[in-house]
Amino acid sequence: MAKSRLIGNRTNKMMVQAMQQRAFDVRGRTFQITLLAMLLISLFILTVLIVDVVIDSWGILTGRPGGFLSGTMRSLSDDPKQGVHQALVGTFWIAVFVVVLSFPIGICAAIWLEEYALKNRFTRFIELNIRNLAGVPSIVYGLLGLFLFVKGLEGLTGGKSIASAGITLAILVLPIVIITAQEAIRAVPQELKEGAYGVGATKWAMVRSQVLPYAAPGIFTGTLLSMSRGIGEAAPLLLVGAVSGRLGSNSGFFDLSGVTAEHFMAMPVIIVEWVQNSGRDPGFAEAAAAAIVVLLVFVILMNAAAIFLRNHFEKKRG
Amino acid sequence: MADTQINLTGRLTVESLTANPRQVRKERLIRDSLGITALISVLVSGLIIWSLFSEAWTFIVEVDWGAVWDIGWFPRRGIYDIKTLIVASLIITGIAMIVAGPLGLGAAIYLSEYARPGVRRTLKPILEVLAGIPSVVLGFFALEWIAPNVVKNLFGGPVAGSLLAAGIGVGVLVIPLVASISEDAMKAVPMSLREASSGLGARKLTTTVRVVLPAAISGLMAAFIVAISRALGETMVVFMAGGAAQTAVYTHDPLDGSLTMTAGMTSLARGTDNVVGEGLTFQSLFFVGLVLFVVTFGLNLLADRFVHRVREQY
Repeated sequence: MAKSRLIGNRTNKMMVQAMQQRAFDVRGRTFQITLLAMLLISLFILTVLIVDVVIDSWGILTGRPGGFLSGTMRSLSDDPKQGVHQALVGTFWIAVFVVVLSFPIGICAAIWLEEYALKNRFTRFIELNIRNLAGVPSIVYGLLGLFLFVKGLEGLTGGKSIASAGITLAILVLPIVIITAQEAIRAVPQELKEGAYGVGATKWAMVRSQVLPYAAPGIFTGTLLSMSRGIGEAAPLLLVGAVSGRLGSNSGFFDLSGVTAEHFMAMPVIIVEWVQNSGRDPGFAEAAAAAIVVLLVFVILMNAAAIFLRNHFEKKRG
Repeated sequence: MADTQINLTGRLTVESLTANPRQVRKERLIRDSLGITALISVLVSGLIIWSLFSEAWTFIVEVDWGAVWDIGWFPRRGIYDIKTLIVASLIITGIAMIVAGPLGLGAAIYLSEYARPGVRRTLKPILEVLAGIPSVVLGFFALEWIAPNVVKNLFGGPVAGSLLAAGIGVGVLVIPLVASISEDAMKAVPMSLREASSGLGARKLTTTVRVVLPAAISGLMAAFIVAISRALGETMVVFMAGGAAQTAVYTHDPLDGSLTMTAGMTSLARGTDNVVGEGLTFQSLFFVGLVLFVVTFGLNLLADRFVHRVREQY
């Protein structure tokens, strides 16, 4: 009797222990915490990055923000007229080329691929080709620009000009525009299209009145993402010939004649330039950081707007 | 239109269903012009291959191949040791994947399997915004922060740029990429698999490691391959923080500075206004570009295969 009660007690205790262990799964909890730590480390590094850049640039950004935006490139870092004006003009023109060339071509190509193309080998080949283009390193586009626009079509583009750079970057972001627009168009419900056909719309009338309005937010998101990619890209510009020497001193934003003139500057390139100058004149690191903040403001705002819009419409439409 | 006919006879004929020829012509014109815009992408691919091959071919035919396997990368002096560049590229990619692989995958598993919906809705967009940070910014960060704070203090490396600093920088750059693609892959695993696993009494850990990860393996492979391809092709971080300018002697020590394929091309094209030097300097640019293009092209095709396998499965 006593013995069996002892066993009963022990069994009882073991069961309680076992259940308590289950309630606190050490291995599982460790795993979860490790994962969370990895996520937080990732976010932490990127936060450190932004904080580091802001701290480095604090002097310029609070001291003379206006002068920095309107100033030009100087050979000494403590020159009070130093600034990013030429780079802003260059980046503005690159953005214009991206808007004018890759947005219409990319959106039209996406409409054709989703609504018109037959689902055959040839279409699959084009789609595979576009996905591959999206993965080609940006510097290879730089080589294309150097070969084709700087050397081959020098008469049209003016050689190492902002036109060459703009066309090169427009080509670089084209696959991104196509892929994001395709996704947006694919999400248009079949019922809407059938409804349009049902009331006698032609294909184009259907696309114009149903597909494009419904897909517009998604397409817009894609254009924002590709624009932010385009203005942050530096490698192709270095190959297509962005240089610091002999820049026009302070040309206006809308000066068309500057588009095919030799020599240009752009925001990402001025950052590289100043980082390299910081070897001989450490003050340039501060200028580079300030230029980074200016660039990041544009890029992050565009990205954030794009991602917010996408999530907003995804939620609204379920 | 043939409306009148319908009203008169009360019957549909073939004629009443055919549209007016002007409209048909307009529709065809629209279809064809849209098709042409789609063909532009094929044209771009063709142009890339043409530009790379035509210049690289001159290099391949005319170069003294002893100069392509030599002591280092001195393109202006006619020494084009491609192995210097390739080894540096591989070191950078390796370091980047050591950094980004665990961090990106861990973040993805947490977001997909553990995070509560509210947490996920906040953290995922932040990660995506960070994915858009331009690589020049990472280059600056690698040179000004990672090199002095991590490479010098932890590994005793130089305070200036080195392959290690650049590799860590590239790693940070591809973390969001790895996390985002891996998370998509795990989200694509059907809930029923997780529920079945829990129903058999598996813990969360077992479900995640034994069920979700194997089911998502194709997508995870794709994430890693895309990240490798991106790291090989990354230019600015390596150019700014790689610790070598213009030329590089062969090295396989991550604490040294060297040039990768991408950085080699950039510094060559940048040094002066024009690419000048011994006869084949300009062409060597395209030869290196061709090697890089072929490698990343192969990797991208492979990743595409894996992504397709995910779609077919679920």
